[in-house]
Amino acid sequence: MATSTITPPDGRIADNILYFGRTLRKAGMRVGPASVRDAIDAVLATGIGSRDDFYWTLHSVFVKRHEDRAVFDEAFRLYWKSRELVEKLISMFSPVAIENRQKEKPKAGETRVSQALFEGKQPKQEVENPEVEVDARFTLSGKEILRSKDFAQMTAAEIRLAKAEIARLKLPYDEVLTRRFRPDPHGPKIDPRAMMRGAMRTGGDLVLPRFRSRRTVHPPLVILADISGSMSQYTRIFLHFLHALTEDRRRVHTFLFGTRLTNITRQMRYRDPDEALDLCSGLVKDWSGGTRIGEAVHEFNRKWSRRVLGQGAVVLLITDGLERDDVAGLSQAMERLHKSCRRLVWLNPLLRFEGFEARARGVKAMLPHVDELRAVHNLNAMSDLCQSLGAKSADDTDPRRWLDALKRSA
Amino acid sequence: MAGAKALPASIDETVLLLESGDYVADRALATVLFLALRMKRPLFLEGEAGVGKTEIAKVLSKTLGRPLIRLQCYEGLDVSSAVYEWNYAAQMIEIRMDEATGITERDKIEKNVFSEKYLIRRPVLEALSGKPGAAPVFLIDELDRTDEAFEAFLLEVLSDFQVTVPELGTIKAEEPPIVIITTNRTREIHDALKRRCLYHWVDYPNAARELEIIRRKVPAANERLSAEVVRYVQKLREIELFKVPGVAETIDWASALTELDKVALDPETISDTIGVLLKYQDDIARIGQGEGRKILNEVKAELAAAE
Repeated sequence: MATSTITPPDGRIADNILYFGRTLRKAGMRVGPASVRDAIDAVLATGIGSRDDFYWTLHSVFVKRHEDRAVFDEAFRLYWKSRELVEKLISMFSPVAIENRQKEKPKAGETRVSQALFEGKQPKQEVENPEVEVDARFTLSGKEILRSKDFAQMTAAEIRLAKAEIARLKLPYDEVLTRRFRPDPHGPKIDPRAMMRGAMRTGGDLVLPRFRSRRTVHPPLVILADISGSMSQYTRIFLHFLHALTEDRRRVHTFLFGTRLTNITRQMRYRDPDEALDLCSGLVKDWSGGTRIGEAVHEFNRKWSRRVLGQGAVVLLITDGLERDDVAGLSQAMERLHKSCRRLVWLNPLLRFEGFEARARGVKAMLPHVDELRAVHNLNAMSDLCQSLGAKSADDTDPRRWLDALKRSA
Repeated sequence: MAGAKALPASIDETVLLLESGDYVADRALATVLFLALRMKRPLFLEGEAGVGKTEIAKVLSKTLGRPLIRLQCYEGLDVSSAVYEWNYAAQMIEIRMDEATGITERDKIEKNVFSEKYLIRRPVLEALSGKPGAAPVFLIDELDRTDEAFEAFLLEVLSDFQVTVPELGTIKAEEPPIVIITTNRTREIHDALKRRCLYHWVDYPNAARELEIIRRKVPAANERLSAEVVRYVQKLREIELFKVPGVAETIDWASALTELDKVALDPETISDTIGVLLKYQDDIARIGQGEGRKILNEVKAELAAAE
């Protein structure tokens, strides 16, 4: 990688832009060869003026998502400033300087960018994480514990079975009418365009009526899944389930929460299930930690609901409802969530234990705001999950059943 | 259209152009707009509601003297309401007329029935029919409201500036229109479409720029009032509201207060007019519960210190 200046005497600006594009790509941004070409065109069009103009010129071509801004900013700062690059390089190879630097708060995206710039030059640090298996069902904690997780890989048989189950699965309220049409001989509406084309076939002698009906599609599905300690037993199953679901349908958004909310939609899409799960476990920092349902739902409402709940989304909330924190906040957040989606389905794996009652405070706060409460009686395999999510009578899933039971016992 | 002006030749000219249309833009926006015009690429503007995305297209059309063609997106927007539609009733009559005049060749009838005179042009087709040097400004507003199917259709339009009508053939623009796409991010737009565009995130303006916007848009507003309004709104954006007010709301609020003959903010006025600024009951309740008064005191103290 060349040390770069903005106006190199030997005119290597195009090369530098190319390398810059590659740095961005390594840092995780989606930069293809086409955008590098565009960037060179753009720089030629504006001419190299001030640093600021140069920044925004490259920005307009390379940045395609608001989230990438921080990474781009950091990469630009590091790459297009030869002096700082040299300093960085020096500090890379002297341990004292690293310690000094670490006291500053790292900027967003800095790690990724410097990894991209100095790939392979960093001394590898290996930390061994002792693996502790704790059965934490029925326990709850608001403490934030950060740990990583490894999942057992999925066998080919499991994948085959999962695909078959998903194909058979019919989610509740899973069809919405669109304003698009498909030809249908028994359809309710007349299709003038097809009629005209048909008429031409006979040279206009016969104008026969053709019909069409409205197409239906699956509404977007948003999944909020709890990965706290009390749910850790089921995590692998439902992550695989979510992966298979993401593969099967187009608009699926997946979020995981324990003590914080993580969007794993992009990690789940278009990938091998094991790879996707590895990516998720790398991204999520709070596996099997505490639970803050209220806060997670609140954060979802504020940051994501407007972005993913459009077009009549169905929300699937997978949690045991054991909340430690402020229950009033949870109730409010749930109410907001309920009002912003078409249907809110709560899947509760703790219902598998006989004698579960809606006693826990969190459960009480959440119940009035869900459209359906679905039980998972046994969550050892994908089929259990699909069965519990499949079509059921309205009585079985009505949350009022639990609320009434609660009132009677009180 | 008469009076179409040439495109700006530098970033500075772009800034001036926007300013002449009373749009106060920062350097970043001017740069990306200049590039979009120069490289003939669609401009993809993303940002919260009310930050002035749509306004850019309107100002461009006004200052460049180009017609503005607007395609408002909604769920279920389809080719027949966005691109073209055949005039079926007139086509039926054409068939009868052909029969009456004794035309029997199928090719000829087909040509008559599917001729351009029965083609009803909708916004997309309209946008592709600009004359060289006077290409229209084509605003595709709130693209996130439509579904993926329409987004995919736009790919052909945006990369090659052409539309294929099966019965007629491919219609290509002589001069590509100036395309501005806006979205509110209620849904992620596919990368394939974004790739064809220049992307810009339109952010809330800083205090100085917002004050300048108020000066231009609400010239009747008192100087003191505008300063207070801008600072108040800027502070509101810092706290965690469900929906923070955009520039459009600031302008509305400043004009509402001017209509009420106010020269400065006071707690009663704020609680009476807060509906102009905040649109969610939770947010309004929160500001009503003392937080609003605290912000107002801060604003007054800051302004007093600045004097």
